[in-house]
Amino acid sequence: MTTTLSRRFFLTTAVVAGGGLLLGFNIPTEAEAALAPVQGEGWKPPVGGVEINAWLTIDPQGVVTIRIPHTEMGQGGMTSVAQLVAEELNVPWRNVRAVFADANRNVTRGNEYQDMSTGGSNLVRNRHPHIMQAGASARERLREAAAKRWGVSRADVKAEQGMLSAGGKSGSYGEFASDAAAIKLAEEPKIKKYGDWWLLGKDVPRMDVAVKVNGSAVYPIDVRVPGMAYAAVRACPVPGGKVKSFDAAAIKDRPGVIAVIELKQTKDKLANTDMRSAVAVVADSFYRAKVALDLLPIEWDFGPGAQNSYAKMDSAARALMGQEGKHAEEVRGDPRPILAAGGKTVTGDYSRPYETHVPMSPPAAVADVKPDRIDVWSFTQNVQATLLLAAEQAGRNPKDVFVHGTFQGGAFGNGNAVDITRQAVELSKQVGRPVKVIWSREEDTAQARSRPPIWARFEAVLGDDGLPKAMISRAVAESMQPAYADRGLANMPYTIPHYRYERHVVPTNIPVGPNRAPGNNNNGFTIEQFADELALAGGWDPLEWRLKMTEGNERWQRVLLKLKEVSGFTTKLPKGTGMGIAVIESHGATVGACATVEVSRRGALSIEKILIVSNTGYVINPRAATEQVKGCVAWELSHALYGGLDVRDGRVQNTNFDSYKIMRMPDMPTVESVFAMSQDNWWGGFGETAGPPTPPAVANAIFFATGKRIRSTPILKHDLKWA
Amino acid sequence: MKLSLTVNGATHEVDVEPETPLLWVLRDTIGLTGTKYGCGIAQCGACTVHIDGQPAKACNVNAAAAVGRKITTIEGLSPDSSHPVQKAWIDLTVPQCGYCQSGQIMAAAALLARTPSPTDSQIDEAMAGNLCRCGTYIQIREAIHAAAKMGA
Ligand code: FES
Ligand code: FES
Repeated sequence: MTTTLSRRFFLTTAVVAGGGLLLGFNIPTEAEAALAPVQGEGWKPPVGGVEINAWLTIDPQGVVTIRIPHTEMGQGGMTSVAQLVAEELNVPWRNVRAVFADANRNVTRGNEYQDMSTGGSNLVRNRHPHIMQAGASARERLREAAAKRWGVSRADVKAEQGMLSAGGKSGSYGEFASDAAAIKLAEEPKIKKYGDWWLLGKDVPRMDVAVKVNGSAVYPIDVRVPGMAYAAVRACPVPGGKVKSFDAAAIKDRPGVIAVIELKQTKDKLANTDMRSAVAVVADSFYRAKVALDLLPIEWDFGPGAQNSYAKMDSAARALMGQEGKHAEEVRGDPRPILAAGGKTVTGDYSRPYETHVPMSPPAAVADVKPDRIDVWSFTQNVQATLLLAAEQAGRNPKDVFVHGTFQGGAFGNGNAVDITRQAVELSKQVGRPVKVIWSREEDTAQARSRPPIWARFEAVLGDDGLPKAMISRAVAESMQPAYADRGLANMPYTIPHYRYERHVVPTNIPVGPNRAPGNNNNGFTIEQFADELALAGGWDPLEWRLKMTEGNERWQRVLLKLKEVSGFTTKLPKGTGMGIAVIESHGATVGACATVEVSRRGALSIEKILIVSNTGYVINPRAATEQVKGCVAWELSHALYGGLDVRDGRVQNTNFDSYKIMRMPDMPTVESVFAMSQDNWWGGFGETAGPPTPPAVANAIFFATGKRIRSTPILKHDLKWA
Repeated sequence: MKLSLTVNGATHEVDVEPETPLLWVLRDTIGLTGTKYGCGIAQCGACTVHIDGQPAKACNVNAAAAVGRKITTIEGLSPDSSHPVQKAWIDLTVPQCGYCQSGQIMAAAALLARTPSPTDSQIDEAMAGNLCRCGTYIQIREAIHAAAKMGA
């Protein structure tokens, strides 16, 4: 039986409007300036300014333009980088602009931006030192320039809010920018510490909002280059399979068709961005290309992958769960003899299926391969990696390749995991004109590197105090990237005296990859429901049990105590209502969730509220962090409630939103976000960390409401009715 | 086949197969790329435009059927992002990746045109066809209420 989610009204909590400060957005770098006319409305000419270092320019009016090396895909990375630089530079936020940094410059001038990749919730937590350093360095050079001109020592020059001053003298950064650009510091300044910040920790509105409310923000799918052709592509729908033959003659006379091209797979075992075997139709419009491709007779050699199905993987995995795992880690002691001796034993099996990204923009890429240079706009989370990929595909020197920053219409980890850049470069090379490749939604869902499934069995023996004294976690992973299964299990935080983690692998042909916390989202659901099972079997309150089992773990204690303080968590609600909690550590952050649900006797589930308590060490922009928290909750509830890729005959069958469902507005619960920061010299991320504790909190709440333990997702496939 | 379309008050002569979805005519033929492709099967709302003032999914309307009707895209909603819905979206920093937001804004503007102060359930109903993978639903709902107060 299918349970339906009832429609909910939610109460809007007060919103921090922050004055709606609107910030400008300008055309990126010199390389892009030449191409501005093709990028549509909304891209303004570059601000004239003096380059202080690779990261920023200052114009005579004191407007600071910060170059953003990272991808803006909705996570707010553009604003974060600018905020980190502006903190050190000490300029009024209204004077700050952002442009995308130039990957070609990074490649040809010795990695000035260091790592341009964007993912793993890494940007603020791991890159803030060198980003802040760029701002601090620029500030000190401005101070030195003023000191020289005024004949005072640098120590006497103040740099504040875009102004330099010493004694009675003062001047704007703009007036000293040219002098500062020529200064070499004997020693680089140290970056500021928490407590000395004036801008970090404050609500800053996103810089990219204005261009995202009038259609002017440019995504790869929007790029238009003169003379451009369009391509629709189809890779073998069974990953690992290859094109056998196709009948180009059948479509060559269709309107607009320019070429039918086979894209050849060059490697047997495919890494992330290697070219897969595919056929492309190039035409004078995307729609004509797509229609022709749909009509093109293609014969595939599906290969052995065609035998694969989720049902087969599922039964193989369930058989393996009863056997000792091949890959094992003795985390503490050895639980096997204790479990063999018996006693009060608790066992729980859990599983989650494949999920995929479905970024709102299907992947797209434009390449213009000319004799002397290549220009690329692409679906990516790392413009530098994309540059190197394009160079390799075309057989050119990377210094002649220019990858232009655009916004990304979501990416969620898939941005560096597919071969669309290679496809665009290869097609442009072959047809001798710029080509835009667009993946249909169906192609995206079939070819994304999805999130792996997981199966997990837990077995534990309780001591006299009702707490577990020995436990084995046994995961069954898929074969493409089995290590995802370890996350949250190999390093499980609860201090059980004897603990062992084991792993099995079942074979598959479906590629997997990063997916907004793939491993932690899976194991959050498994381990945090079993934690409740353990607590209840031992007669403990789930929240008190977690506090007891993480004694001395400051990060966890802080989150759990905050949950206790603000959630009103109780196991004593009338039947049909329930609260559930869960805590997961991932991407450097410890995040707790408390879900409140109602389940009608007939089994209709309604999620009233999700409370999220985040400990990321520090938060630089509470408003943007809160937005990420809400987004992560929607992300993971989509999978937990409706998700699951339907893998049969070696391919994904549910390839569009009619069959692969994600959350819609009527189903979105109230989300409250609370911070409980350790502020103790470690940094965690916000981009994906509120997702993992959300489904287990909901499932634990459903247990209290109905007495039913939810052992797999999607939750709405379970019969939740109770009597 | 030559067709004449009226988009944002301007007339465009386009030469396309009559069954071509309006979405691709707007994006590729006319060059108005603010209207987005998300699914092509009327499931996501990224392509929402107004046809004669009513919200419509441009992937689901063919070019021939749009002839003689008044089409408004995100680019034509206001000349300077001054529509109350756009102002509310800016004030509440609704967009994350932003890709769904042209469609969300067009759906919200159409809602407010017929229901100036919608309740939460009226908002739910009107916006249920617009997916946001970044999960900005809560902010969208708040912004629709804010726009209603401004008098959209
Ligand atoms: S593209 Fe039209 S509804 Fe999705
Ligand atoms: S803002 Fe990214 S899909 Fe809605």
